[in-house]
Amino acid sequence: MASTPHAGMRADHKAVADHDGFLRHARFRWIKVALVVCLIALIGYFAADVKPRPYGGSWYGYTLGTAGVLLIFWLALLGIRKRAMTAGRWSLKAWTSAHVYLGLALVVIATLHTGFQFGWNVHTLAYALMMLVIASGIYGAAVYAVLPSTLSSNREQLTLSQMVEGIRAIDRQLHEAAQPLTHSYTEVVLAASEESPFATSLWSRLSGKYPHCATARALTAFQNVASSPDTGPAFATVETLLIRRKAQLDRLRRQTRLKALLEIWLYLHIPGTIALIAALTAHIVSVFYYW
Amino acid sequence: MAELVRLAIVGSGPAGLSAAGRAAALGLSHVLLEKSDHLSDTISKYQKGKHVMATPSQLLLRSDQAFAVGKREDILQTWTDRTTALAVNVKYNAEVKSIRGTGPAIPGSIQKIVTRARDGSSTMTEVQRFAPPYAIELSSGETIMAESVILAIGTQGNPNLVRCPGSDLPHVTYQLDDPYAVLDEHIIVIGTGDAGIENARGLAEDPAQRNMVTVLNRAAKSTNVRESFATAKEPNALALVADHDAGKLTIRYETETKAVEPGWITLATRDGEEKIRCDRIIARIGSAPPRGFVEACGIEFSSSDRLAFPVLSPVFESSAPGIFVIGALAGYPLIKHCLNQGYDVVEFINGNTALKPADEPLLEAKFRDLPGKRSVDEWLEMLRSSIAILEAMSPLQMREFMLDSVVRSCSKGEVIFERYDSGSSLFAIAEGSVHVLTDPGDATKVVPIGKGSIFGEVGLISGRRRGATVVAAEDAICVEISRTAALKLQSQVPAARKAIELISIERQLLQIFSSGLTSADVAELVASARVENKVAGEVVLAEGEEGRDIYIVRRGSMIVERLIGGRPVFLSYLPAGSYVGEMALIDGGPRSATVRAAIKSEVVRLPGDAFARLLQRRPELLAKARSDMAARHDVNMFIESRKESFSSAVDMYSQTAQFLVDNGIGEATDVLLIDEKLCIGCDNCEKACADSHDGLSRLDREAGKSYAHLHVPTSCRHCEHPLCMSDCPPNAIKRGDDGEVFIDESCIGCGNCQRNCPYGVIRMDSEPPKKPSLLSWMLFGAGPGPGEAPKTWRKKNASGGEPPKKAIKCDMCSGIDGGPACVRACPTGAAIRVSPEAFMSVAHMESDN
Repeated sequence: MASTPHAGMRADHKAVADHDGFLRHARFRWIKVALVVCLIALIGYFAADVKPRPYGGSWYGYTLGTAGVLLIFWLALLGIRKRAMTAGRWSLKAWTSAHVYLGLALVVIATLHTGFQFGWNVHTLAYALMMLVIASGIYGAAVYAVLPSTLSSNREQLTLSQMVEGIRAIDRQLHEAAQPLTHSYTEVVLAASEESPFATSLWSRLSGKYPHCATARALTAFQNVASSPDTGPAFATVETLLIRRKAQLDRLRRQTRLKALLEIWLYLHIPGTIALIAALTAHIVSVFYYW
Repeated sequence: MAELVRLAIVGSGPAGLSAAGRAAALGLSHVLLEKSDHLSDTISKYQKGKHVMATPSQLLLRSDQAFAVGKREDILQTWTDRTTALAVNVKYNAEVKSIRGTGPAIPGSIQKIVTRARDGSSTMTEVQRFAPPYAIELSSGETIMAESVILAIGTQGNPNLVRCPGSDLPHVTYQLDDPYAVLDEHIIVIGTGDAGIENARGLAEDPAQRNMVTVLNRAAKSTNVRESFATAKEPNALALVADHDAGKLTIRYETETKAVEPGWITLATRDGEEKIRCDRIIARIGSAPPRGFVEACGIEFSSSDRLAFPVLSPVFESSAPGIFVIGALAGYPLIKHCLNQGYDVVEFINGNTALKPADEPLLEAKFRDLPGKRSVDEWLEMLRSSIAILEAMSPLQMREFMLDSVVRSCSKGEVIFERYDSGSSLFAIAEGSVHVLTDPGDATKVVPIGKGSIFGEVGLISGRRRGATVVAAEDAICVEISRTAALKLQSQVPAARKAIELISIERQLLQIFSSGLTSADVAELVASARVENKVAGEVVLAEGEEGRDIYIVRRGSMIVERLIGGRPVFLSYLPAGSYVGEMALIDGGPRSATVRAAIKSEVVRLPGDAFARLLQRRPELLAKARSDMAARHDVNMFIESRKESFSSAVDMYSQTAQFLVDNGIGEATDVLLIDEKLCIGCDNCEKACADSHDGLSRLDREAGKSYAHLHVPTSCRHCEHPLCMSDCPPNAIKRGDDGEVFIDESCIGCGNCQRNCPYGVIRMDSEPPKKPSLLSWMLFGAGPGPGEAPKTWRKKNASGGEPPKKAIKCDMCSGIDGGPACVRACPTGAAIRVSPEAFMSVAHMESDN
C-alpha cells in the first residue's frame, strides 16, 4: 500500500544481524573456531612422535600446556571485561560466545596435555579443578539458554519490587480484615502476614519447596472450617486475601528460584577459577623446579 | 478619583521586581501590585531548598536586583531585602481584575477577540481601545490610576476554581505546600491530574498522619486507567488505584461536588447526593492561561495559536499604548531575561532611547566572523528583508529569534548537511544559493534553491533524518534556525507558517517521486493539497472503500493492515515521508488495505484526479510508481501465501507490532528492546549505562511492558517529536548528530521534561561522587563496585553536600566509541537497539521464523 523513503537504511542490517543469542553469535563462529582448535590438537597428539609415550613433559605436552594456560587466563578475563565499561567496538556477547566454546575446547587441550596420566598430586588437582569449573560453566550456559523465557513469563511485566509491594498491600488489608476474627484465627493470619518472602534457606530457594510456609498453613486452617456456622463475612474476606497472598507469594518464590538457578553456579565457577589459578601456579612452578 | 502614579507594575516575579526596583531607583512614582501576600509567588512555590540556576551564563545581568545561582530561599531573601532597601512601593493582596484606558477613544484602534468554545464554534467580540491613563481595578474593589502599566504576570495563570455553593470558604484551597504537615484531617482532593494524585498520595502516604483522603473522579471506574484518569500519567494513576486497593485512601468515581459547608461536603454521585465529613478541600483542576485577561486589556496576540505571545514593539510596548509586557508572558521564561527586561522597560519608559538591549554582546558575537562589516541592527534588517519567511517580524522578535539561530557563511561547494544526517533545524538563504543533490550516486542531478527561500524543512516537520545532501552553489550566507526558534516563528508569524507549509508540500512531492519533476509539474497538486491531522488510531484509508486520493505522511507514522480470515493482519509500518493510496488510483478498484495513524500524525491529502493528470503528463513517474508498487504486491502475496500454514505466526506478528506501537515505538527513532528469551536479568546493561555516564543509570530494565517475550524497558525512544523538548526554559534538550535526543549542561533542573515525557524515561538526580577504580574494588573491595552506587554510599562520600539535581536521560552513548553501552555490555545478546521501520517489517518476521 505504500512506499517508504529510506528503504534499506543502515538500521535495517543492524536489527537483523544483532538479534542472535550468545550461543548462535555470528553464525556459530566460535564453535567453528573451537572445533578447529580441538582438531589441530588431536591431530598433533597422534602425529607427534613422543617417546616413550605422550606425557605433559614432552615438547608437545609443553605446547599444549602453554596453550591451555594462556587460554585459562584469557577465559578468566571475562570477569574483568564484563565490569570494565571502556569505550571501543567490543561486544560482551561475542566475548561470552568465545568464552563458552573455547572453554569447552579446553577439555580436549588439557586432557591431551595430561597424556592420560593422573595421580594424587597437585597436577591432577589443577586438572580436576579445571574440569569442575568447566562443568559448572556447562550448567551455566544451559540455564542461560533455557530459563530466561520462563523468568519472563513468570513475572508478568511486574518488577521484583512491585511483587513485594503487592504482597505488602495484601498484608495491610489482612490486618484490617482479621480484626473481627477470634484470637486463634488472628494468630495464624498474623503469622502469615509476618512471613518475609526472603528469609528462607538456600535449599528452599533452589527447590521451590517451602514445607513450613505460614501462608499455606493459615489457608489450610481457614479452608478446613469453611462450612462451620461461626464464619461471618470477615472470615470469607480473609480467606480470599490469603488465597491472593499465596498466589503472589508463589510467583515471587518462583521468580527468586529462577534467579537463584541462574546465579548459583557462579558461586562454584568463580571461586573454582581462583582455586584453579592457584593450583595451576603451583603446578607450573613445581614442574620447572623439579626439571 | 484615586491618586495617579507614573507606573503600575503588575506581578512581583523577577521581571516585575526588577522593573519596580528600577522605577524606585529612578525616583518615579510607582506601585508594584502582587496578588498574594508575598513576593514572587511562582518561585516561592518551588520545592523547598530547590537549586535555582542562572542561565544563560553568557548573558550579563543588568538590574537593580541581585541574582546568582543558589537555593530558592536565599534568592527570595535577597530579593525581599533588596526590594525593601530600594524602598519599592509594594501593594500585597492586590489581584488585578481589569485594566481599562480612561482617556479618549483611540480612533481606529479596535481589538477583535475570538473565543472558541469546546464544541468548535467561535464568537468574536470587539473592544474599543481608550488612551491612558489606565484605571486598574482590583478584586478588593479599589481602583489605581496609572499613566503606564507594566504587565509581568508570567504564564502560570490562575487556578480553575471550584464552582458550587460554599466554594469561597477558606478551607477550599488550590495548592498544598507540605503534605506531611497535615495531620488527622478529612481531606477531599478534587481533580485527577498528576498534581491532584501527587497531593492525595502524599497526604495518605504515612498512616501515622491519620488523614482520611478522598479523591473525587468525575469519570467512571474502568479497568483501563487511561480512561478513568485521562489527564494523568499512567504510572501515577496506577499508583493511586493501588493506594485505593490497599485502603490508604478512597477514590470515588462518577462523583462531583454539590455544596461545601464548614466541616462537611455534599457530593453528587451516580446514586444520588451524599454528605460526608471534610476539613479541607484541595482542588487541582488545572489553571486558565492568563491570555483571556491580557486580551481584555486590549493587548493583541500574534496569532490564535496556543503558543503565541503578545505583539510587542522594540521597547516591549503592546498594541495598547502605555501597556508594556515583559517576562515569561512576553516569551522569556528565564529569570535572567526577566530581570534584564524589568530594567530595560523602565529605562525605555523613562525616555532612555539610547539603551542597547542586554543581549547586544551575544548578537555581536554571532555576527562577528561574517563577511561585510555590518552592525547588529544592520544585520538584523538585512536578514529580515532578504528572507521571505522573516519579513513580517518586528525588530524585537528578530533579536530573540537570532539568539536561538546561527548565521553561517558558506563558500562555494561547501556541504551544509549530508543525506541521513540527523537534524531538525530549518535553513534560510540570506545571500547566494544552494544545490540539493537529489541522487546520491550522481552529483550532477541537482535542484537549485535561491536567495530568500528555505531548505531542510523536512527534518523540521517530520523529525527524521535529512533526505538529501545540500551544498552551497556559490558563496552564501544561511541562517540555521533551531527547531525551537522555527516553531516559535510559525506560531508568531502566521504568514511564515503558511509559507513553510506550501514549500514543504512541494518539496516532499518532488523528493518522493524524484523523477525529474519540476515545481511547474506539481503546482496544481500543491495548490489543491490539504494538510489533515489524524489522531492516533484514526483510519486514513479503509480496506474495500472507494477512493482515489493519495496521502503523504508528513509527520508521525502509519500502520498498514489487511483483514485476513476476519482478523486484521499487520502488513507494514510507514514512517513520515511515505505515501499511500496510489494503488487504487493506478490499478483501479477499491482500497486494498487499511491505513491508520500509529500516533498523532499529519498527512497531506492530494486529490486523485490531479494526480492522475500528472501521471498522464509524465509517464516516467507512472513507471516509478509501478515499480514501488511491485514491492508491496510481493508483501501482500507473502502474507496471502502464509495465511494457511503460518496463520498463528502471522497473528502473533500482528499483535507484537500492535504492542510495539502502543508502547511508543511508532514515534521512536531508536529504541532499546530486550529479548526476554535471552535476558538473564543480570542488569549488566544498567551497570554499564551508569559506568559510562557519571555513575547514573539512564534505563530501568525490569520496568516497562512486555509482549511475547519482547520487553520495552524504561529507556528513551528518541522520539521524532520529543515532548521533553516542548517546554525546556534554557533549551537544553537537543538532537545530536546521530539522532540522539540529549540534555546539555545548561539544564536548570526544573523537571519540566520529566513531567512531559509520556514514557517516564527522564530522572532528576545529582551527580554521585567518583568511585574508586575497578581494580581496587576487585582486589581490595574498595567502593561500591560496578554500576550505580547505592544512595547510602553516595551520601557518605559526598564532599561538600549534594550537587544540584539535573535531568538525565539516555543520549545513545553519543561521543563514546563503540556505541550504546547497554548493548555492548549484554552478555547474552538480549539487548538490541532498533529503529521501528527496520524492526516492524514482514522481512523481519520471515527471518525470525
